[in-house]
Amino acid sequence: MSDDKNHEAVEPSYLTAKKGLMSWLITVDHKRIGLMYLAATMFFFLVAGLLAIALRTELFTGQQDFMSAQTYNKVFTLHGAIMVFLFIIPSVPAAMGNFVLPLMLGAKDVAFPKLNLLSFYIYCIAAIMLVMTLLLGSLDTGWTFYTPYSKSTGSAVIMATMGAFVAGFSSILTGLNFVVTVHKMRAPGMTWNRMPLMIWALYATALIQIMATPVLAITLFLLIIERTLNIGIFDPAMGGDPVLYQHFFWFYSHPAVYIMILPGFGIISEIITVHSRKHIFGYRAIAMSSVAIAVISFIVWGHHMFVSGQSELAGVVFSFLTFAVAVPTAIKVFSWVATLYGGSIRYTTPMWYGLVFLWTFTIGGLTGVYLGTLSVDVHLHETYFVVAHFHYVMVGGTVVAFLGGLYHWWPKFFGRMYNETAGKISALLVFIGFNMTFLTQFFLGHQGMPRRYYAYLPEYEVMHQVSTIGSWILALGLFTVLGTLVMALKNGERAPANPWKAVSLEWQTASPPIEHNFHMTPRVTGSPYDFPEIDKSAGAHH
Amino acid sequence: MSSNAHDHDEERPWFLAHHFDTVGQQMSSAKLGMWLFACTELLMFSGLFLAYFILRKMYPEMLLTASEELNKTLGGLNTIVLLFSSYTMALGVRAAQTNNKKALERNLIITIVCAFIFLIVKYFEYSAKIHHGLLPGDLFAAAEHGYHLPKYSKVFYGLYFTMTGLHGVHVVVGIGVLTWILIRARRSEFSSQNYVAVENAGIYWHIVDLVWIFLFPLLYLVK
Repeated sequence: MSDDKNHEAVEPSYLTAKKGLMSWLITVDHKRIGLMYLAATMFFFLVAGLLAIALRTELFTGQQDFMSAQTYNKVFTLHGAIMVFLFIIPSVPAAMGNFVLPLMLGAKDVAFPKLNLLSFYIYCIAAIMLVMTLLLGSLDTGWTFYTPYSKSTGSAVIMATMGAFVAGFSSILTGLNFVVTVHKMRAPGMTWNRMPLMIWALYATALIQIMATPVLAITLFLLIIERTLNIGIFDPAMGGDPVLYQHFFWFYSHPAVYIMILPGFGIISEIITVHSRKHIFGYRAIAMSSVAIAVISFIVWGHHMFVSGQSELAGVVFSFLTFAVAVPTAIKVFSWVATLYGGSIRYTTPMWYGLVFLWTFTIGGLTGVYLGTLSVDVHLHETYFVVAHFHYVMVGGTVVAFLGGLYHWWPKFFGRMYNETAGKISALLVFIGFNMTFLTQFFLGHQGMPRRYYAYLPEYEVMHQVSTIGSWILALGLFTVLGTLVMALKNGERAPANPWKAVSLEWQTASPPIEHNFHMTPRVTGSPYDFPEIDKSAGAHH
Repeated sequence: MSSNAHDHDEERPWFLAHHFDTVGQQMSSAKLGMWLFACTELLMFSGLFLAYFILRKMYPEMLLTASEELNKTLGGLNTIVLLFSSYTMALGVRAAQTNNKKALERNLIITIVCAFIFLIVKYFEYSAKIHHGLLPGDLFAAAEHGYHLPKYSKVFYGLYFTMTGLHGVHVVVGIGVLTWILIRARRSEFSSQNYVAVENAGIYWHIVDLVWIFLFPLLYLVK
């Protein structure tokens, strides 16, 4: 790989190359667009997170405290819709992926820079629409907008579904851009088998974004038509089929779960190998399992509908296919653990988050197998067990990976190091707070606590209180993250080009990178995980 | 050995964007992007087709009777118009590739005119339906106009208007895209080296045609 240290001092970084607000608003630089996405998604993470804290606080006692049943319904709907459509889906691919993908490929930008900026503004429009439902104030369907209820409840449903519809276009454009970039913009020598695993994960994600999101678009479009023109396609009273809506919705939204988690897998693959100084175990297996997950994700949607009245045969087939997802997922987890084995592990903050991920995601994944089991799901459906399961995957998986990725690439984003001690404290608080909040909810769900209720029977009170206190600790941990990263910008040490001594291309240019990423187009000659220490030792493998 | 990143600007053709190394890379990227976009379009319409097939399976008799009221002649005419416009579009792309500016402009104009003809025919079809109360959902008033259609026929008309309406929106967008290409062609932007925008507009137009090729028999003809 080419080395261009001698130019570094000469050219200004992408942050200082152009100045003024307009230089950001009309930029086509993937790094700046990535940072704008990062700021926007973090903001909505904060908003939806505060809504979650409000929900947990209401649940501290079994009676009504400060929210009516109706308010509670609205708050959990907005929490879900904002988290899913405005935070988790764009967080890793559009924010972090935008920044690192071209750098990791050795490209100067994504294939369609203007489309990239357009997708950011489409995202902003979607965000405004979804937030406007707050003012219209009658969205209480949950983020899934199930018919026929979504047809009869308040008018904010149209605004919210239009918001999700528009957000879908932003997601499609990002996915399309990434697929073309990966196919056409790789640096000389960057063969498919030399791509960092983060790229493989983003590529698999992008494929799902392209193939699943149009179906969501048409579903929400039909729902809007259904509400405005009353065409009856989902309305049993008019001869339509409400279960058809669920099929349509989950045909997108189950693959969308993998849009949310696959990029997280990519981050963990980078963190685990770089911070344990060992070539990733099973490179091809991890790369191919990302693609396998993307493929299988399209044929498992029926496991959301075991009790919705689909045929028994369909239930059995979907249950079996759901188990199949566990295979590529387990291949990843085993490969990460095998990478750690015998590695020279450095307990940096990203590595702490990597280890937290291995713990929490594994619980999330395994409980997914419980829920995929037909008979077990009939018992656990619509209980807190489901809530706990998907929060273990989405928060314990994606958000933890996202935080780890933030610490891992923060020096590259801004050229500043963060405080390691504060970073580790944040990881510890997140780990404790998260497990307190959601481990208890597995037990609550198993005992029969239904989801989406603002009040509950006295026997659930102790566990609910543990869960609520846990959520406060989790919030404290997340504010510690925010504080650590902001302090790093203010008075962090200057970061060297390659603080982790990593081999992938994004670390071979300055921190922060210059506007066109590299002075010379890099030429790739080997794996992104051949660490210098390994090359020296006789037992180097792969 | 490394190739150079952003020097030698004088050797680069004016239409080569800064982040691409060669014209070939830029063209194949644009084409791949367009094909992926085409996939998303087909997947989006596939949802509507699925809804159609499910409705058909639930109420085969209703669908048969209700679809008899659609105007096969006008639908057939529109099919011919769109197929012909796809042909002229293909000729236009060929003209761009062979530096034939005149033929490119002529074929683009014919394609745009065909798109307008399609919309005009559609306008007459829609007005007849509106006039006879063959409308979606609550607006459905066929009985008042002397029709004896089976129960749930309004769901069929809901789907008919949704499918042809969304297709119609794509035709309108197509007119915009082709007009933009025509303006650029007049400015002599295209050549045998730089024609990918014409080709991509062509792919889009063929998709619009392709969707109609499935809509027409399913809605108008299938017994």
